[in-house]
Amino acid sequence: MKAHSIPVLMALIAIPVAAASATFAADDVDLRTLRDEVARLRDTYEKRIDALEQRLVRAEAKAASTESVAANAAAPPQPTAMAGTNAFNPGISLILSGLYSNLSKDPAGYRITGFHLPSSPLADITPQRGFSLAESELGISANVDQLFYGAINFSIHPDDTVSTEEAFVQTTTLPQGLTLKAGRYFSGIGYLNEQHAHTWDFVDAPLAYQAFLGGQFNNDGVQLRWLAPSDSFLEIGAELGRGANYPGTNRNKNGSGASAIFARLGGDIGASNSWLAGLSLLSTSPQDRQWDDINAGGATVTNSFTGSSKLWIADGVWKWAPNGNANQTNFKLQGEYLRRSEDGNVIYNGASTGSYAARQSGWYVQGIYQFAPYWRVGLRSERLDSGTVDYGSNNANLLRPDYAPARNALMLDFNPSEFSRIRLQFAQDKSFQGLTDNQIFLQYQMSLGAHGAHKY
Amino acid sequence: MAPTLISFAAPIGSVASLGAALRKAVMLNRSIMLLLAMAFGVFALPSFAALNILACEPEWGALAQELGGDKVSIYNATNAFQDPHHVQAKPSLLTKARNADLVVCTGAQLEIGWLPILQQQAGNPKIQAGQPGCFEAAQFVHMQEVPSSVDRSLGDVHPGGNPHIQTDPRNIGLVAAALAQRLAEVDQANAAYYQGNYKAFAERWKAAILNWEKQAAPLKGMNIVVHHKAFVYLENWLGLREVATIEPKPGVEPTGAHLSEVLAQLQRQPAKAVIRAAYSDGRGSEWLAERAKIPAVMLPFTVGGSERAKDLFGLFDDTVQKLLSALK
Repeated sequence: MKAHSIPVLMALIAIPVAAASATFAADDVDLRTLRDEVARLRDTYEKRIDALEQRLVRAEAKAASTESVAANAAAPPQPTAMAGTNAFNPGISLILSGLYSNLSKDPAGYRITGFHLPSSPLADITPQRGFSLAESELGISANVDQLFYGAINFSIHPDDTVSTEEAFVQTTTLPQGLTLKAGRYFSGIGYLNEQHAHTWDFVDAPLAYQAFLGGQFNNDGVQLRWLAPSDSFLEIGAELGRGANYPGTNRNKNGSGASAIFARLGGDIGASNSWLAGLSLLSTSPQDRQWDDINAGGATVTNSFTGSSKLWIADGVWKWAPNGNANQTNFKLQGEYLRRSEDGNVIYNGASTGSYAARQSGWYVQGIYQFAPYWRVGLRSERLDSGTVDYGSNNANLLRPDYAPARNALMLDFNPSEFSRIRLQFAQDKSFQGLTDNQIFLQYQMSLGAHGAHKY
Repeated sequence: MAPTLISFAAPIGSVASLGAALRKAVMLNRSIMLLLAMAFGVFALPSFAALNILACEPEWGALAQELGGDKVSIYNATNAFQDPHHVQAKPSLLTKARNADLVVCTGAQLEIGWLPILQQQAGNPKIQAGQPGCFEAAQFVHMQEVPSSVDRSLGDVHPGGNPHIQTDPRNIGLVAAALAQRLAEVDQANAAYYQGNYKAFAERWKAAILNWEKQAAPLKGMNIVVHHKAFVYLENWLGLREVATIEPKPGVEPTGAHLSEVLAQLQRQPAKAVIRAAYSDGRGSEWLAERAKIPAVMLPFTVGGSERAKDLFGLFDDTVQKLLSALK
């Protein structure tokens, strides 16, 4: 602008001047006066232009230097456009999962030798050969109001049945570290029990979870948790509930059929390490809990247990990531020890009733190492101890195998984003006495919709 | 290390009370009494003198320190070498969330993977979304790259816009004003103190910005390659021109093919430097920088991200200096 303005102004001035000089060409004096006048005018204009230009430069400099201050002063609040009736729609998330299994042994008649699983959880944990849809999950959650949060999780099984894994409401505003939950939820016992299947590090639940909890224990009831105000992590929780699921049974009775208590400690060691350790107790009182068994004579019989069942779980997790940055590499070591004692009566094949006392245990330990972005490798080793089982007067009828079911698994997974995972798993399963099942699994797990926030 | 050792004393002491609590719980087994007893607080609560602040990222911790002085006690949930997108709701954070009077976070879904868990499990009504104790910095600045529609195929995009607002010091200034107000609201007894600190900070900050802008004048129009789309606010402030990103999509790790493409692009459209945050993996940047014969610059990105970035002033001193040295 500066470069052009002077010639333009000069031209504008020059036109009337030229016209004037033509009219009065004859008069030298006039001409001289006119020239002086023009020179004076030009001089004035140039001075004015110079002054203006200088002012402009100063103004530009000032504007530039105050730009940030102006930006600071004018706080632009975000105009957030809310979409009418949809604005309160809850968060929806969907888990899609599929599985290919190659088993060296026929899974028909699968058992965990020495452990009495009812037919329903047994069918759920029995692997299938070939292609199958794994568990799909639909989750819906939102804050209810200023006091409550609510969530539901449907599990859609490969055989087209749907079950409600979780459906609970939870307080958000109880003071002093308290949280109360009511409805159906995965019990807070152990480390893995609360975690949904799609966050597991292996295709299947550990053998001990399968043997003692039918895979995973959910309960209809109430749960209270308390987080201590201490500097390091201490959480205590208690639950009362229906206890309809294994190791409990459905009952026609007022009051609670299952109670649980758990306590956890945890913390950090430097920036790179964190840990969590817990102890829990699940007490249930199953009534007429039936299972199919092979008797001493080799015949198939159906027995039932009524009494009390207590399951202790000790769990520990340690996670490492350099400087706490898990993006490149990280490591997780996790282990749990489960011990169950059951006392009561067993009715042998609908006929003779005898006392029953069993002390059984199991453990697993697993390590997961992310060796490069997206890629993780994991190893899990596990073993059950069928322990001591006393059928009282039925000891002659029922077998008490001295066998320790065991399984080892190796997995490799590829996680192209937070939302997708493809996993290859090899396992050698010796949970059924006399059989070694070599298993190969190929699995995908994808999540879409609302961004899940996962527990530690 | 010392604080870690001290904090270990607490769990040992609480193991005894834990054992007692467990025994008690077993005795009251199947009784509603247990729930009631716990609900009404069997345990005494220690009182805290200072206002407890949980800062999701170190820049907000540093800002809260500037404004809060000795009236606040601050814990940073993440450090400069952690990607705030990917943090876990680990036990230590739950404890800090439980005891916090105020959480100061970026918002715009930067902490979506872990903050909601802290809010749900900490049992602390003060820090729930919408409460004065939940401060989201992104609400107080002009957000950039707000997508008109979102789809996960586009990578890690945030519906609320690019969340890395702290790379423009003018945003820090805006957030400071809002945070000072919030501190005064949460801790009314010290309202005047916070306002006083804010006034002093705002003066110093304004002067510092002018100084950085003067120093950074040669950076105007500088072409840069960035690792992650984490620098839009910095680019906007200093007039840098982002010509390429090392991540093919936000949050997606660089691939060899994409890096080669970027390298080819740089032949046509040269850049002066490859920029990354302290927490990003340097291999992609280094690979590209070596071949394009330009410097790879690791910016502190937040307080603690470099030796010089000890506080917010050091953060931008160092950011501007590192960029200038790349120009030479």
